[in-house]
Amino acid sequence: MESISIGTMFWMTVAAFLTFCIFSFLYRDNPFYRFAEHLVVGISAGYWIAILYHTSLTDLWIDPLFASVTAFGNAEGSVAGKIGMLMVNILPGAIGLLMFSRFFKKTSWVSRWPIAYYLGVSAGVALPLYLQGFVIRQVAANMMDPRSIFGMIFAGGGAANFFQGIGEIIIIIGSICGLAYFYFSAEHKGIFGGAAKLGIWILMIGFGATFGYTVMARISLLIGRLNYLIEWVGALSGFFGS
Amino acid sequence: MRVAPQIPKAACFLFFIAVTAAQQPSGESVDSAPVTPETTSLYGDLAPGSPEGVTAEDQPNDPGSAIIVRWNLAPGDNDKDSLVSGYLVYRSESTDGDFALISSLPTGSTEFTDSGDHLINGNRYFYKVASVYPADTLFSAVSDAAVPRPQFFHTRRLMVFIFMLLFSGTTVAFIIQAKKGRKLYVRPIAGINAVDDAIGRATEMGKPILFVPGLGDASKVATIAAFTILARVAKKVAEYQTRIIVPNYDPVVMTICQEVVKEAYSSAGRPDAFDPKDVYFVTQDQFPYTAAVNGTMLRERPATNFYMGMFYAESLILAETGFVSGSIQIAGTDQLIQIPFFVVACDYTLMGEELYAASAYLSQEPQQLGTLKAQDWGKVAAVALMIAGIIVYLLSTGGGNSFTTWVMGG
Repeated sequence: MESISIGTMFWMTVAAFLTFCIFSFLYRDNPFYRFAEHLVVGISAGYWIAILYHTSLTDLWIDPLFASVTAFGNAEGSVAGKIGMLMVNILPGAIGLLMFSRFFKKTSWVSRWPIAYYLGVSAGVALPLYLQGFVIRQVAANMMDPRSIFGMIFAGGGAANFFQGIGEIIIIIGSICGLAYFYFSAEHKGIFGGAAKLGIWILMIGFGATFGYTVMARISLLIGRLNYLIEWVGALSGFFGS
Repeated sequence: MRVAPQIPKAACFLFFIAVTAAQQPSGESVDSAPVTPETTSLYGDLAPGSPEGVTAEDQPNDPGSAIIVRWNLAPGDNDKDSLVSGYLVYRSESTDGDFALISSLPTGSTEFTDSGDHLINGNRYFYKVASVYPADTLFSAVSDAAVPRPQFFHTRRLMVFIFMLLFSGTTVAFIIQAKKGRKLYVRPIAGINAVDDAIGRATEMGKPILFVPGLGDASKVATIAAFTILARVAKKVAEYQTRIIVPNYDPVVMTICQEVVKEAYSSAGRPDAFDPKDVYFVTQDQFPYTAAVNGTMLRERPATNFYMGMFYAESLILAETGFVSGSIQIAGTDQLIQIPFFVVACDYTLMGEELYAASAYLSQEPQQLGTLKAQDWGKVAAVALMIAGIIVYLLSTGGGNSFTTWVMGG
């Protein structure tokens, strides 16, 4: 077996210890869990500050701002264009700086402006994207030729064709009944109520399948962690045995 | 030895030279009899040629900085002859300037999209295309000038535009009706009705309420819906004089949540009761955030947990911990994969659009009710369009295909 350095063994043991600390939560809240929780929260908060500093503050604002300032010393390009670029880089920073007005009671209302701008732009951008991605595409995907669907079911093209045809009918009916469930302007009564009930049944069957699939994925994560602990025990015995 | 006269450079021909020599005592051969080079075309009867019909034009429906170059296949670029080994595309900013190679493309290519920051909107660009033969590279004529420009209207998004107009118009119409006092019916939703009961329970128990706004940033629709629900919950909390804790994953979401809760306390007439420290930032890392919220659940023992917004793999961990700590739990998300976890571990779950409906139902504000009504009409329009498509298919398969393509945007 390959020999393990004292440094590697130390960090493997720290990782195993923290894993046990987190697992101790299965019993109840305790100082070990609290220690691991505060450690991971503190480290990740610090880590993300560094990441955001480099990927957002410098990359998206400070560097372009300096570039647009130094561009004035460059003979290429028009002055109007350079002023435009400078404004493009100053404005987002200025709007962002307004957020700091929150620290002063008298001016804290100013911080609502960047929030309003952010929410307004976000909603405006999201609406057509959602319409295109989730509504139009779904509607178009349901526009199927009934003759080809019935052809698949009844033309005797084998089990695969038969089930594909049935699947496409379920997709069309499921979409219409699902929309009926999410229609809020009428009570779920009569035929409409029946369609809504069928819609929620189809949704629940889908959720059940998703649940089973995801639980399997989570179990594989647990197995991965347990494998790590087994490796650690092996490494530990090898380390002290050698 | 004498070297044969220089053969003219004509790369597309091969020359075979027959040399006859006789041994001489001097060691040097005598001159061979004169021969005429025998030529054979490498391309058979085919005359190689440059690509013709080279055009360059601004790419439509884009923000600019893209030009489409098109040309016809060069002679011999087909399955039968297979003489062309590819095409080279060159670009210049003037017809007589230096043309730089920008792309090499395989046989059969008739189009290339030149895009990127190197193209400046409003500048003129010229292109030429070369067809590559085994022994020749033949250049086309220079294309006309192409100028990249952004387009104001995306013609392939016409259906989205129509939907947007209809939706916006219907929304405004319903808002006006609601403001005029017309009662807009919204059917009861179990999860929404439970909100007030859950807040009342927390008040009776003297325990706080935990509101988790999810892992989405403020641009996500689910997060925006969560803000509205938070406003309603915070207002009730302020009225009942209990406490609300809002741990945040995103700093911008935290700022908005602070504003929302502060506003709710003010509108409930208790602005001084608002403690900004109860709406705090944890970390922007998924599982450390989850660990911190779990810890809060176990230490603060909230009577009610709200999970509203976007959730990912942490959904079951959070909901399970809340269940173990004995809280009433109400969740709402539009993340389809996470809904099953909330369904099994929470008392009430707002699925998908129910989350958006919840805010309208709770506030009963004309703007939100009008929007909800417009959404319902949007669903009716979607079903009608779907059925129309199926009918068009029944009438004509070709017509159905065309209709579907038109709806999809091109």
